[in-house]
Amino acid sequence: MTEPTLLRDQHYQYLKKGLRHLSDAYECLDASRPWLCYWILHSLELLEEPVPTAIASDVCKFLARCQSPTGGFAGGPCQAAHLAPTYAAVNALCIIGTQEAYNIIDREKLLSFLFSVKQPDGSFVMHIGGEVDVRSTYCAASVASLTNIMTPTLFQDTPTWIVSCQNWEGGLGGVPGLEAHGGYTFCGMAAMVILGKEHMLDLKSLLRWVASRQMRYEGGFQGRCNKLVDGCYSFWQAGLLPLLHRALFKGGDSTLSLQKWMFEQQALQEYILLCCQNPAGGLLDKPGKSRDFYHTCYCLSGLSVAQHFGNMDLHHELIVGREENRLAPSHPVYNICPEKVAQAIQHFHQLPVPVPAQKEGEAPNRLS
Amino acid sequence: SEDPKQLIQDRKEWADLEPVPQDDGPNPVVKIAYSDKFTDVYDYFRALLKNDEKSDRALLLTAEAIELNAANYTVWHYRRVLLQALEKDLREEMRYITAIIEDQPKNYQVWHHRRMVVEWLNDPSEELEFIAEILSQDAKNYHAWQHRQWVIKEYKLWDSELEYVEQLLEEDVRNNSAWNQRHYIISHTTGYSDPAILNREVQYSLKQIKKAPHNESVWNYLKGILQDLGLSSHPGLLEQILELKETHCSPYLLGFLVDIYEDFLENTLEHHEEVLSKALELCELLAREKDTIRREYWSYVGRSLQTKYGSSDSSTTTSAPGSDSGSVHQETPCSS
Repeated sequence: MTEPTLLRDQHYQYLKKGLRHLSDAYECLDASRPWLCYWILHSLELLEEPVPTAIASDVCKFLARCQSPTGGFAGGPCQAAHLAPTYAAVNALCIIGTQEAYNIIDREKLLSFLFSVKQPDGSFVMHIGGEVDVRSTYCAASVASLTNIMTPTLFQDTPTWIVSCQNWEGGLGGVPGLEAHGGYTFCGMAAMVILGKEHMLDLKSLLRWVASRQMRYEGGFQGRCNKLVDGCYSFWQAGLLPLLHRALFKGGDSTLSLQKWMFEQQALQEYILLCCQNPAGGLLDKPGKSRDFYHTCYCLSGLSVAQHFGNMDLHHELIVGREENRLAPSHPVYNICPEKVAQAIQHFHQLPVPVPAQKEGEAPNRLS
Repeated sequence: SEDPKQLIQDRKEWADLEPVPQDDGPNPVVKIAYSDKFTDVYDYFRALLKNDEKSDRALLLTAEAIELNAANYTVWHYRRVLLQALEKDLREEMRYITAIIEDQPKNYQVWHHRRMVVEWLNDPSEELEFIAEILSQDAKNYHAWQHRQWVIKEYKLWDSELEYVEQLLEEDVRNNSAWNQRHYIISHTTGYSDPAILNREVQYSLKQIKKAPHNESVWNYLKGILQDLGLSSHPGLLEQILELKETHCSPYLLGFLVDIYEDFLENTLEHHEEVLSKALELCELLAREKDTIRREYWSYVGRSLQTKYGSSDSSTTTSAPGSDSGSVHQETPCSS
């Protein structure tokens, strides 16, 4: 059997093109264009393909047009601010990592946007007049920590709310009561790690739940118990294991492996390389499905998680196939490269935390 | 009234309004090749937004914009502003959103919009039937379940839900969403503290296990409902599981046994060595043969049990031969 090969060149051409032009099939993502920037830029950085300076600058200028006058980023120019494109825009700008990129973010307005979507029970709505679910806590915690705008009250009661999303299965649902789901579990756990409160979760049952989500035949992960495998869960689910490893280690666990995550890394890489690649470039959910930039980003992110164990001090690689399949490591919390995280945090920590103009809890914005 | 096939720019009812083109700047990125129709509708939507126009034609335009991209949350928000400002018939809006959801049931905005309309009307009377209809097409639609849980909690419509869940489980005993709903209903009504309820649920679960032994959902449910009290505290359960092991074995059963033994170790002092040895044996069996995809996990569980409950002079490591996963007894930092 020929060794599984990552179709680097094909993926690169697909990504390079998409960063400029997308077909009308992407009309459905017209309210998610910062996501398209992030998915593509992150995929390129995992492939260790540089982004030409001119394009990087164009991305900055475009994201500036997506920034709302009242703070936060929207899905496109002249749309309303929303936590998901806010998360994506900040991540994309941090990947670019130039002064121009950092300077796009209006930190004062971003903070006031976060306060404007904060709810009394600790949760956040995704946008003014929008829905609550655990994604919002991750988006808020991610951008607030990267841009150094965390205040003492911003995340008050948020950890308690996130904990209430953990259910009888051990994973987390979108809101309290719902079925445990990989995407929401990742968001909740990563948010808790950012907030330093991961030990409030039942880590043991979370670990059992996520470990059980790897499919014994396919090697990839399912999003929920008794559902089908999907390449994107290579990140949302497998990406939990580095977070859990670190949390358990912090908690004093001395029985953790020094070399491997608690999932079958080889099997996941094989699933992605053998079943999730489009020969013309791009990655996908499962054979028979169409490629898209979301799956390209998260299949590659999952491949990176499966290839790299550890962190700066301790690093152990397991590359299925040729060395050329190797991707760059990614930060398990933010899902951008660790150097970009460090650089952004270093930059924004030189700036003072903005003073909130509006207090949390004032005029909760849930109407309409 | 307007002809939806005509571009807005050709409709006389819109002649007074100047469309606002999207400004992506001189060197756009992630530029979508919008169809003429899409560009047309959204150029006019931007115009409405700019002028803060509150009119019937604006409402009609939001419907066209939604049809082209139902995920545009800015349009949905504006539609809600219009519905209230123009005091529109919310019953008609319910009919509208019903049709949209039928067509696009996996979208956040449509369900949120329906929730807002139900709240404004303070009328949940159509909800359970509607959601059941959507679930009949996709029994695991996450948004549908979220909406259902909200309606039931908000309007206290608990009474018929357990029956509905049982019907779904009858159709597909592997429907994890239905098992979750079962847990949701019982936790919010009777709770699991009453031994009669707990026992009923344990019996129900064992019955489903016998029908379909390789169904992970039911094993997770059984563990989920017993773990607060302690798996080892339920009388006769261990014996029943050991009996099932002969005829209805599965990796889930074996994992459940590990859980029972672990709970035993946590809560009892007697037979420690024996119970620990059984638990370790099972972890080894799972890692080596019965659940190899979780080899690293089961090895870790074994090592953890050994470390926590092993006596100080039993120093055998529990790593499977050939595995790299040695236990950590030194102080290698894992900071980040």
